[in-house]
Amino acid sequence: MVVEQIVPEEIVYQRPRSLVECATHYCPGCTHGVAHRIIAEVIDEMGLREHTIGVASVGCSVFAYNYFDFDWVQAPHGRAPAMATGVKRVLPDRMVITYQGDGDMASIGMTEVVHAAARGENITVFFINNANYGMTGGQMAPTTLPGQKTTSSPHGRDVELAGYPIRASELLATLEGAAYVVRRSLHDPKNIRLAKKAVRTALEVQRQGLGFSMVEMLSICPTNWGMSPNQALQWLAEKMIPYYPVGDYRVSPSVAQLKV
Amino acid sequence: MPVQGRVVISELYCKGCELCVGACPQEVLRLSTERITSKGYHPAELAGEGCTGCGICAVVCPEAAITVYRQVIRRSTAAVGA
Amino acid sequence: MARELLKGNEAIAEAAIRAGLQAYFGYPITPQTELLEWMAHRMPELGRAFVQAESELGAINMVYGAACTGARVMTSSSSPGISLMMEGLSYIAATEVPAVLVDVMRGGPGLGNIAPAQSDYNQMVHGGGHGDYHTIVLAPATIQEAIDLTVLAFDLAEKYRSIAVVLLDGSLGQMMEPAELPPMRPVRQTFPAWAATGAAGRERNVLTSIYLDPPKEEEANLRLLRRWQEIQANEVRFREYFMEDARFVVVGFGSAGRVALSAVRQARAEGIPVGLLRPISLSPFPTRQIAALCERAEAFLVVEMNAGQMLEDVRLAVNGKRPVEFYGRMGGVMPFPDEILGEIRRLAAGEASFEGHPRDRWLQRLTGSN
Repeated sequence: MVVEQIVPEEIVYQRPRSLVECATHYCPGCTHGVAHRIIAEVIDEMGLREHTIGVASVGCSVFAYNYFDFDWVQAPHGRAPAMATGVKRVLPDRMVITYQGDGDMASIGMTEVVHAAARGENITVFFINNANYGMTGGQMAPTTLPGQKTTSSPHGRDVELAGYPIRASELLATLEGAAYVVRRSLHDPKNIRLAKKAVRTALEVQRQGLGFSMVEMLSICPTNWGMSPNQALQWLAEKMIPYYPVGDYRVSPSVAQLKV
Repeated sequence: MPVQGRVVISELYCKGCELCVGACPQEVLRLSTERITSKGYHPAELAGEGCTGCGICAVVCPEAAITVYRQVIRRSTAAVGA
Repeated sequence: MARELLKGNEAIAEAAIRAGLQAYFGYPITPQTELLEWMAHRMPELGRAFVQAESELGAINMVYGAACTGARVMTSSSSPGISLMMEGLSYIAATEVPAVLVDVMRGGPGLGNIAPAQSDYNQMVHGGGHGDYHTIVLAPATIQEAIDLTVLAFDLAEKYRSIAVVLLDGSLGQMMEPAELPPMRPVRQTFPAWAATGAAGRERNVLTSIYLDPPKEEEANLRLLRRWQEIQANEVRFREYFMEDARFVVVGFGSAGRVALSAVRQARAEGIPVGLLRPISLSPFPTRQIAALCERAEAFLVVEMNAGQMLEDVRLAVNGKRPVEFYGRMGGVMPFPDEILGEIRRLAAGEASFEGHPRDRWLQRLTGSN
């Protein structure tokens, strides 16, 4: 016979060790927090907390270093991949990650990230795409969708004047040095789980020295989009994903063999 | 009988964004109308029976504010007549 | 070590390597490129880091990252490239991490040309990047001095957690001269306690330049300032020539100082009691030493390969006590000793003046009008 023994209860989820015990400055519902959390979870699960050096960027995530309980340096706007290169070349056995928003990485820092990827720099970039400049109050970013209203495209992004949004993952995926470039979304539990798996793969790519890795995460900015957080999730799913499809854009042959 | 669970939502972190409320498959989460956090938010809370400890709320929570507990059922095969 | 015939750029590169350089990041630009090429050849064979960056902006931020690990790190460039690095320099200064920069100056402004100039003086000595910060600036006049100051730059950068600049013009970078390289120092195997190297068995380290709270930022500024006062008190360097009985003093740094020395020698042969003070540390500047010379000098002549940048620092030191004259060449033109000799003769003939600004008087002599 089968005996069922009911143990009163067990913790099935708790705050990861790699997050500092303090409240963030992010607005309510901002999925920067989700990205932080899954990165911290993976770093805990892989036992990397004491071997990781983060490179913070400029934008809403400027204070990322306040929230992760490991070593951080703070880069000038857009330069995180260059700074990460400097750290990694001196300390090749440490894990070096950058955490950058779309203004930081896809606008002012496009040169640095393209060349870090082209060199096959063995770093991991976490790229948060929320289709606007959050910290400065919701201006047009290189990722702002055609027609999307922002404080610097008050009538909606006019592609005749401001051009089209940049699909950073697709762009970086053309580079030989890039080993793992994927886009994920943080708008529902299933996609968050897939994003976490990608974070894990990216860090495994770095741990094994396979080259440049990047996980783009579609993210919401309820405050600047002028929506409730739950409305913003829906907007992301309906408006952003058609322009920025979730998917694997570059998985080098060596990465394809990884068991994560 | 479904597995029983419960969640503890830290008021240090919770900003009342309602993402957990929207994601909860059992619809047992809501924002407290009575409590207010030190930052001035109405925190999320468990309202009533039915939490299974599935952890979806914790997956979507941007603040890592939720600790999830769940009953554990350990199944073992016992020898008959022992 | 024996003296050997060495090219300036290569001598500086090898000196840095022997000083225990762990990482070099740079970008090609004339007249500095041989330095980068030497590093490209030497660093990988020694198992040390070398990256040819995508731009000077990339290079300085790689330096910033490596400096945050406490490693011995440097970059080098020339004037337009240095302009591009200013962002990183301000951040490095604010984060209080040590780094060495070599600026092999060329003619400017703008793209200018690739001939030797000293027109980055203000940019290096009086800031360049935003905010209140100072860098240590060392100006060699010979290849041997370039070697010695490069080694010193690393030691000072680390001692004061500061940026140390070796500032020279393109002629010194390109010329060959006999010089002696230092012995190879071992690369340091440990990291300073403040460095970001992974929080293994200790509290995490965060290296940043942001202090949103103004009183905290003011505190950081005060910390930088106090350290700078310490540098001012301890690290002034200069060299004097024929100064024992000098009644006229020429002040010039780097190659201009070197050409001025030839002129001073010729003037001495003519019986003019003139000496040369050659600042080696442009920052901190030998202000006190120049001020003290006012007791016995009748007049000063400042010689530069720019439109009178160090001139203003000499004027501040002299503080109106003695007349100061200026002679400069610009745009990549080097002065000849004869031109400077002519200026020394004017001084000796009592033609030095208090009237107006020395730059205006010089312009008038140069072009016949203001």
